[in-house]
Amino acid sequence: MTINSVSLVIAGSGGAGVVTAGSLLLDAAAQAGWYALMSRSSGPQIRGGEAAAMLRFATEPIMSHDDSFHLLMAIDWDNIGRFSAEIPLVATSLIVGDPAHGPAPAALLSGTPRQAALAMTEIAGKIENGRPNMVALGAIAGLIGLPPEAMQAVVENNLKRKGQAAIDASMAAFHAGFAAAADLPAIPKLPAVAAATEPRWSITGNEATGLGVIRGGVRFVAAYPITPATEVLEWLAPSLAKVGGMLVQAEDELASINQIIGASYGGVPAMTATSGPGLSLMIESLGLAVAAEVPLVVVDVMRVGPSTGIATKSEQSDLNIAVYGLHGDAPHIVVAANSVPDCLFTTQWAVHLAEAMQAPALVLTDQAMGQARAIVPKPAELAFIGQRLTAAAPAVEGERYKRYAMTASGISPMAIPGTPGLTHTADGLEHNEFGTPSSQASDHQAQMDKRSRKLTQFNYGDHWADIEDSEVGAGDTAIITWGSSTGPAREALRRYAAAGGRARLISLRLIAPVQPEKMAAALAGIKRAVVVEQSHSGQFYRMLRAFYDLPAKTVSLHHGGPLAFGPNQILDQLNQLNAGSA
Amino acid sequence: MESCAQKKKYAAKDYKSDLKPIWCPGCGDYTVLNAITRALAELALPPEEVAVVSGIGCSSRIPAYTSVYGFHGVHGRALPVATGLKLARPDLTVLVTGGDGDGFSIGGNHFLHACRRNVDLTYIVMDNQVYGMTKGQASPTTAPDWEGSKLTPEGTGINPFQPLVVGLASGANFIARVSSSDPVNMARIIVEAIQHPGFSLVQVLSPCVTFRPEQQEWRDIVRTAVVDYTDDAARAARRLMTDDGFNVGKVLYKGSRPPFRPEFENSNGSVAELEARFAL
Repeated sequence: MTINSVSLVIAGSGGAGVVTAGSLLLDAAAQAGWYALMSRSSGPQIRGGEAAAMLRFATEPIMSHDDSFHLLMAIDWDNIGRFSAEIPLVATSLIVGDPAHGPAPAALLSGTPRQAALAMTEIAGKIENGRPNMVALGAIAGLIGLPPEAMQAVVENNLKRKGQAAIDASMAAFHAGFAAAADLPAIPKLPAVAAATEPRWSITGNEATGLGVIRGGVRFVAAYPITPATEVLEWLAPSLAKVGGMLVQAEDELASINQIIGASYGGVPAMTATSGPGLSLMIESLGLAVAAEVPLVVVDVMRVGPSTGIATKSEQSDLNIAVYGLHGDAPHIVVAANSVPDCLFTTQWAVHLAEAMQAPALVLTDQAMGQARAIVPKPAELAFIGQRLTAAAPAVEGERYKRYAMTASGISPMAIPGTPGLTHTADGLEHNEFGTPSSQASDHQAQMDKRSRKLTQFNYGDHWADIEDSEVGAGDTAIITWGSSTGPAREALRRYAAAGGRARLISLRLIAPVQPEKMAAALAGIKRAVVVEQSHSGQFYRMLRAFYDLPAKTVSLHHGGPLAFGPNQILDQLNQLNAGSA
Repeated sequence: MESCAQKKKYAAKDYKSDLKPIWCPGCGDYTVLNAITRALAELALPPEEVAVVSGIGCSSRIPAYTSVYGFHGVHGRALPVATGLKLARPDLTVLVTGGDGDGFSIGGNHFLHACRRNVDLTYIVMDNQVYGMTKGQASPTTAPDWEGSKLTPEGTGINPFQPLVVGLASGANFIARVSSSDPVNMARIIVEAIQHPGFSLVQVLSPCVTFRPEQQEWRDIVRTAVVDYTDDAARAARRLMTDDGFNVGKVLYKGSRPPFRPEFENSNGSVAELEARFAL
């Protein structure tokens, strides 16, 4: 079964209340028992400027936007043309605009969508303190089948502080829009659902990331602001304080990575969040954390690079720096979240991995999932709590403590400052078992083996990848992907299955260390594969080629940001892949 | 002293490791190591409750030569490591050691912000006006006409960085200058620096006998500062702006800004309460 959903965009200039309208609509959809996904796009202006809220509603959980939108509700046309590539419209799409603001810009009309007029300004003008964006919301509700009671509850909650008059004005405008929708051309309606039975959350990827690190046990965070990671840190600041942790604003990313190294050396699990430019600055010290064996988590909310790139938009192009950026041979952990709620799972897991292996763990998320808000089933409780193997006394009474002792697992008991009898110096210089600097080949070999061994021998369980088959089985075709591209890939798999196809989705969560045996098992019987990623050079495809045995017929579907893949783009590739083989 | 009677007694050697320093014979850093260990002994701090953090350079090797907890990180980043450690573990006494290149060039931004932030740290900078570990290049405190480096054979032509003036302007809460030729006095001032709340900056004139042999004359040039410390930043600034850099052996400035220390006590909140905010 393909997903029954409605996709729409609310767009307008800075003062039009587009983002507010989108949030209200999302909350109301949640109230109505639907699931939803909302992304935002805005111009480069610091304040104001054009904005668009992209929403998709369904009666079941969704992880991706659709290939096109059913509706564009334009409160005005201010620079909306700039978003035209992000708002694919087709012949069945409907643009609703306000005649007071003139005709729709040509940039939006290439897909020949239907057009209709809604006199939002005029209708709102007849209501005391009525606002056009509430008229628009009413019309949307009427068009998609959202019950007005759902919006009533949300508006009451949101405008409580402003008083009953404000609530009444908003709802009067909403109802006027709702009534006007009867005269607009139809778009698909979603069925009303009985009150939701399963508990649901409304959460953004960046919030889920913050919650994941707190759940994992992080209690020290160093922060330097950077788009689009700042919300992770802004959510953490008050949240950490509530659970006995702290966030410190650092002077730069060099300081934030080194502050968390210091805190973690002191025994307090620590993390920071950044984006590509900040990660570049942190790389040298990530190597220090590898060599000195200091556990920590760095979240990279990826944006379009290189350099400053497009700071507000998404791309999956930091894979190479995350995996290969460190100088020397520097075994470390790289994991990637593949949906809004998975940001919680993956970051919590990352804390667990970092603490258990006394190594830095990089978490890759991106702007698309970080700044998207989703209505999702309540995420499961997870058992991953950071637990570090610590040393309380010398292994042999009276013997000098070996911080980097050789062990079968490669993990050495770590003495936390304050522990008597185990003082030592943790060092980024190559060292012997005691931590004493050494330039001996044998010490380098032994320590490299140990640092590598602790990562390769670790039991990652089934979490290394999400593997999902179409209902009738995997067949011999696979989609291999990671991160944000997983959402549209999941949906492509469903559409492929609905048309009678069989395929397997493999979405890698553990990027490094690589898992050749697990991948071989996952690819057993697979003859064809498409590798999907949002990177101009196909970084993920090249990495797979380097480390894994892929099916002979493997194609790479990749493009740079900021446009995400639509499910049909991936579906087309699946169909092409199998066209010659039927 | 009666209050110390119950405390365990320590000697300077209790704070030294068995490791032989890589320093050149006659290097000023030997006496700095001695002064630090002597200061720790005087304070009778259990070694496991002290941490020494450093970056990269000759003087940054100090942690491994001590028997306290040590962290030897990357070039220029000792102060942020120490900041994270002290904020996470306020129970520890945290010292930071390093040189002029590590602290004022590659780590310059951290120096400004460590002074500003005023975390309770003691920063001991061994200033020899040269990069010794890389074999003798001009550092930020090198005179503009020093022609001893192949990298800048005509001299740098740039005015030297004034660490104590910049430290004062940036908010350091304790400022002193000492000479490696007087370890006893140095130890006394390090004790004071550790005891003073907030960020304490101790500049040590510590000659590089190999690449700046002329600095061996410093022992004859330095003089004990004639006036005692001030708590008036304006007076301290005037004094620092007008001295020749060789007034040593006394604390120059003591401020009274409270140290930066966010709350880190267990609060009553739970993770479940955070999660409840997402529930519909």
